[in-house]
Amino acid sequence: MTASIATSQAILVVGGGISGMTAALEAAECGKQVILAEKTPTLGGRTALLYRYFPKMCHPTCGLEINLRRLKGNRNVRVMTMTEVLAVTGRRGDYTVTLKVSPRYVTESCTGCGDCANAVSAEIDNPYEYGLAKTRAAYLPHAMAYPQRYVIDPSIVGTPEGEKAKAACKFGAVDLEMKEETVEIKVGAVIWATGWKPYDAAKIQPYGYDRFANVITSVEFERLADPHGPTGGKILRPSDGKEAKDIAFIQCAGSRDENHLRHCSRICCMASLKQTQYVREAWGDAGKSTVYYIDIRAIDRFEDFYQMVQKDATVSFVKSKVAKIVEDKESNPVLHGVDTEGYHRYATTHDLAVLAIGMEPEANGIKLPDDMLLDSSGFIEGCKGTAEDQGMFGAGAASSPLDVNRSVQSATAAALRAIKVIHKTARTEQV
Amino acid sequence: MSNANVQAVARYQNDFLREVEERVEEGHMVKMCMQCGVCAGSCPFGPDWEHSPQKIFMMIRAGKRDEVLGSDSMFMCTSCYSCIVRCPRELPITHIMHGLANYAHRLGLAPKGQPTREFATLFWNNLVKKGRVNELTLTLGHYFTNGLVSGIKTALGMQRIGLGLFLAKRLNPMEIFGGHGVKDLKGFHAIVAKAKEIEDRKKGFTA
Ligand SMILES: Cc1cc2nc3c(=O)[nH]c(=O)nc-3n(C[C@H](O)[C@H](O)[C@H](O)COP(=O)(O)OP(=O)(O)OC[C@H]3O[C@@H](n4cnc5c(N)ncnc54)[C@H](O)[C@@H]3O)c2cc1C
Ligand code: SF4
Ligand code: SF4
Ligand code: SF4
Ligand code: SF4
Repeated sequence: MTASIATSQAILVVGGGISGMTAALEAAECGKQVILAEKTPTLGGRTALLYRYFPKMCHPTCGLEINLRRLKGNRNVRVMTMTEVLAVTGRRGDYTVTLKVSPRYVTESCTGCGDCANAVSAEIDNPYEYGLAKTRAAYLPHAMAYPQRYVIDPSIVGTPEGEKAKAACKFGAVDLEMKEETVEIKVGAVIWATGWKPYDAAKIQPYGYDRFANVITSVEFERLADPHGPTGGKILRPSDGKEAKDIAFIQCAGSRDENHLRHCSRICCMASLKQTQYVREAWGDAGKSTVYYIDIRAIDRFEDFYQMVQKDATVSFVKSKVAKIVEDKESNPVLHGVDTEGYHRYATTHDLAVLAIGMEPEANGIKLPDDMLLDSSGFIEGCKGTAEDQGMFGAGAASSPLDVNRSVQSATAAALRAIKVIHKTARTEQV
Repeated sequence: MSNANVQAVARYQNDFLREVEERVEEGHMVKMCMQCGVCAGSCPFGPDWEHSPQKIFMMIRAGKRDEVLGSDSMFMCTSCYSCIVRCPRELPITHIMHGLANYAHRLGLAPKGQPTREFATLFWNNLVKKGRVNELTLTLGHYFTNGLVSGIKTALGMQRIGLGLFLAKRLNPMEIFGGHGVKDLKGFHAIVAKAKEIEDRKKGFTA
């Protein structure tokens, strides 16, 4: 008889973006017990904040909807929102995880009627609009939120505003007495699908993101193009609300740069190529996109998309990493640099400059268990030690800067590895 | 052609990149350049000279030896470091520019009459003589680089400043008779000679 090395046959998936949802579902549909822990009040992650997906230019809604339907139809996944991992101890097949659950102040009785939001007047920065808009302090994260339950922001709890929200709820779903909880669980394997975050653009000093209103990031541009976004889908400049028709896209903003992120973020060339088509969609032949690049990295089959954009007469390409941006009297960004095809010096004025911002691991800055193995940019490679020790895996953008398609592949692979761990421990337990 | 140049050409044939890697300060970093253009766009001198660092690095890889070593651009670099702090590949651009200038000078290929080069030569020769820079002879030497008449004119133009420095005890007219040096002049000369010997050995110069 072998000593049991497992106390639990469940899998913990940390992060409920497209990767985390995929990993959880793949494992659950194989009959495994899964706990899906998401830090924010909703599943969906950053893809929910995109206007359209390359390469097919479809809306993120459809991909997410399919996954949510799978999730609702599966009893093996337990979704925990507003939940963060505080600590992981133990080893492969036998981990103890401490989770912190923050109060939502709204119970499961919420019907999503929205009366609480109408009742309060306090506003907070909308966490789903990258600082471009505000929202009421009682809110539904976004139209695709799962669960479809409102959230009361902690800033109004204990204030008359909080009481207003409570009074407005006909279903008694507002509970201002909710407290933060700490929960301990046992699992056999952990999948880290904590995703990515945009690099802090203000650190790229010569581009003046923190000084010039009309220098924005690519994630903000997704919001400007989205009909559900802060401008109702109109591409308007932040400084004066003027229509932005002549738009510059600056590649490698923060990526491939030893002063910032040393890796190539891999999706931002495609993201900018995609966004030139938002400009075309919005303004037709009157729109103008200029892509400033070192080299265009449209990997494998994306080359077709690149060629399609190259044929578009409203899009031009300048082979040059922009050296600096200054602002003219009308708050137009003026781009300075030297191009590599002829070494011409330019100073070109645009209505709006979009920084194709680099992807950095979201887990940068949070404490991961000691035995995790990270690459030089902080992406999760797996666990230290031999294959026999591997019980924690990275998935999706947490493991590498990946697009949605590749994130899903990576998540499926991680689920398979986790299932192997559980099978092995289960076998050992039976002996 | 100078002797050193003939030897270099024979030694490196047409592989100018390797020549730079082995003989120019920080030259091994040239191959790291990805031609992004940030240094060229950040250099305050950019619009005023022919070859930006970006261009020079490409020319090195393209084997344009005569054009690079004959360029006066490297001598115009003011060491402001704008390029270094922004280069995404962390090339020590300023050092490479100075290294190239130094190498071109050594091979006797640097452009004649380039003012920075001439002043640097004057400065160096002045410095090694006594181990200290003699400001009076250096300044006068500098004034007279362009000939006697122009030198007298410049010197007269600078009279008031000279007088000011003299009154502030910052300029001693007696320095014109050789001036004072470092305590151990022989030792100093030995150090300079040794440094040159080490450098020559490292970079494969045969004297
Ligand atoms: C401007 C831009 C445009 C893009 N456009 C496209 C496109 O058109 N097509 C395409 O295929 N890809 C696109 N991408 C890439 C796409 O966004 C990513 O592939 C995708 O978001 C990866 O999903 P993910 O689940 O791995 O990570 P994320 O979407 O980042 O999800 C991670 C989830 O984990 C949660 N989380 C993080 N830390 C913790 C923690 N400690 N505890 C618990 N939960 C945590 C987060 O709240 C989040 O919900 C684009 C990227 C950018 C920057
Ligand atoms: S908390 Fe109450 S008022 Fe607010 S949306 Fe839910 S059910 Fe409606
Ligand atoms: S994908 Fe393109 S823009 Fe993004 S880092 Fe790589 S080369 Fe730069
Ligand atoms: S900034 Fe650096 S990498 Fe870019 S062209 Fe200049 S030397 Fe090359
Ligand atoms: S250090 Fe020299 S090459 Fe670099 S930016 Fe300044 S002047 Fe130009």
